[in-house]
Amino acid sequence: MLPNFAYTRPDTLKEAVKQLGSEEARLHAGGTDLLGCLRDGVFSAQKVVSISKLDALRGITKTSKGGLEIGTLTTITAVAEHPLIQSDFTALANAAGEVASPQLRNQGTLGGNICQKPRCWYYRGEFDCLRKGGDTCYAAEGENQYHCLFGSDDTCFIVHPSDTAPALTVLDAQVRIAGRWRKKTVPIDSFFVLPADDVQKETILGADDIVTEIVLPPPPAGIKSSYCKVRARRSWDFALAGIALALAFNDAKVAHARVVLSGAAPIPWRSMAAEEAIMGQELTPDIISKAATAAVKDAEPLAQNGYKVPLFKGLVEQELAKMKV
Amino acid sequence: MAKNKKPHRGKGVTRREFMTNVSAGAVAVAAAGTLGAKDAEATAVIKPEDMVTIDLQINQRRHRLLVEPRWSLLFVIREKLGLTATKFGCERGECGSCTVLVNDVPLYACMMLAMEAQDLKITTLEGLMQGEALGPVQKAFLEQDAYQCGYCTSGQIMAAEGLLRKQPHPSIEEIQTGVSGNLCRCGAYPHIFKAIAQAAKAR
Repeated sequence: MLPNFAYTRPDTLKEAVKQLGSEEARLHAGGTDLLGCLRDGVFSAQKVVSISKLDALRGITKTSKGGLEIGTLTTITAVAEHPLIQSDFTALANAAGEVASPQLRNQGTLGGNICQKPRCWYYRGEFDCLRKGGDTCYAAEGENQYHCLFGSDDTCFIVHPSDTAPALTVLDAQVRIAGRWRKKTVPIDSFFVLPADDVQKETILGADDIVTEIVLPPPPAGIKSSYCKVRARRSWDFALAGIALALAFNDAKVAHARVVLSGAAPIPWRSMAAEEAIMGQELTPDIISKAATAAVKDAEPLAQNGYKVPLFKGLVEQELAKMKV
Repeated sequence: MAKNKKPHRGKGVTRREFMTNVSAGAVAVAAAGTLGAKDAEATAVIKPEDMVTIDLQINQRRHRLLVEPRWSLLFVIREKLGLTATKFGCERGECGSCTVLVNDVPLYACMMLAMEAQDLKITTLEGLMQGEALGPVQKAFLEQDAYQCGYCTSGQIMAAEGLLRKQPHPSIEEIQTGVSGNLCRCGAYPHIFKAIAQAAKAR
């Protein structure tokens, strides 16, 4: 049984934002991550504010310029199966298809997927860890085989759990946010928060902010994108390692490159080093190998996650080789 | 009950209906005895200690009942309506034994609040019965021996039913993906895949 909470399901976005302003109010979209967190006691809720009645926030529409607007409540299944996402924003369709299980994809939303809480077992378990306002990171010296290689700032070693976030990042997505005072749109690579900036937050969202849409700009001409996820078992699980790519070529040379790793850092981890290694180059075995080495050069493995270094290296090589024109 | 009649529509009372009615009666008594029970309103905030009346449409039958905001759909289906085919497993969205169809799509009933299920069409394993006879997916599971202990079976069948409603002629890969959110501790997977392939032909 879940702990007690008040519940409201407003008819308007404005009312939802207002309701979220009260103390310890939590947003409910698909509810799959929220209910899990409440059940595990990761945080508590005095009030659950459900936005599931806000049908305007559901659905996928083409923008006039050839991009897409995806309502925050659009299910992961709808994203994975959308023909235009499959053809023009392939990384996102791939990633959505790799999220969790069919049941969770049918219920989980795209907005919820990028806002989900980390899966670190100390954070999810009965540990008063840094991210929950305590003063110790238990993963630093503990069981850390699923933790990060980059971006921890020696503070918190979570990995960002979302598959869709790295795909959205290589596609230069924008996140629209409605809050009490204003609406704003931010590029997705400034949406996520590193532990060094605020160890208790994963995103820039304030308590009464709601992600309303995710906007994909028109894809650059000739762009190819992909997402590949490695897990400990073939059936559903979170990523041990993953890579999202978006590349465009001029003749055979890379003219546009985005390389973003998942399962690597507390946020979707853009590997500028790998991008620099391939920009302007043909994807020869030598260049691919250099890019893979560059991608893991600054990795800081912990006691138990060293296996991720060769895993990421191999993954970068494998996926870049598939992109070769 | 005549064969061509749908469940719950006949004049006779089956054991299942009897149990359901008994549960519903208990709820009605609780309703009369609870002060401050309110109908769900658009922007009303239901306080944690309050119960609220909601309508759920389960297996083509309307149920009006009192719920707490924190109750999951699974809890209501099993404990309040007595529809016990839907199983309580991990209660954390991992095992699939509580799978039901919501608007023909398989979901985990443990990960959905009953409040969120209002106005949606819910189907549990009981809703796949054709009168007192098994539906095609149930029949295929029986004939293919697609279980050992049987605990995951109703969830597997609901996931399969959801798959077949969306994709009537699935490939083996689609079948495997279709039940990938349902764990079978006994490892009956090869039989489960065969059963779903058989059901696809029979439907």
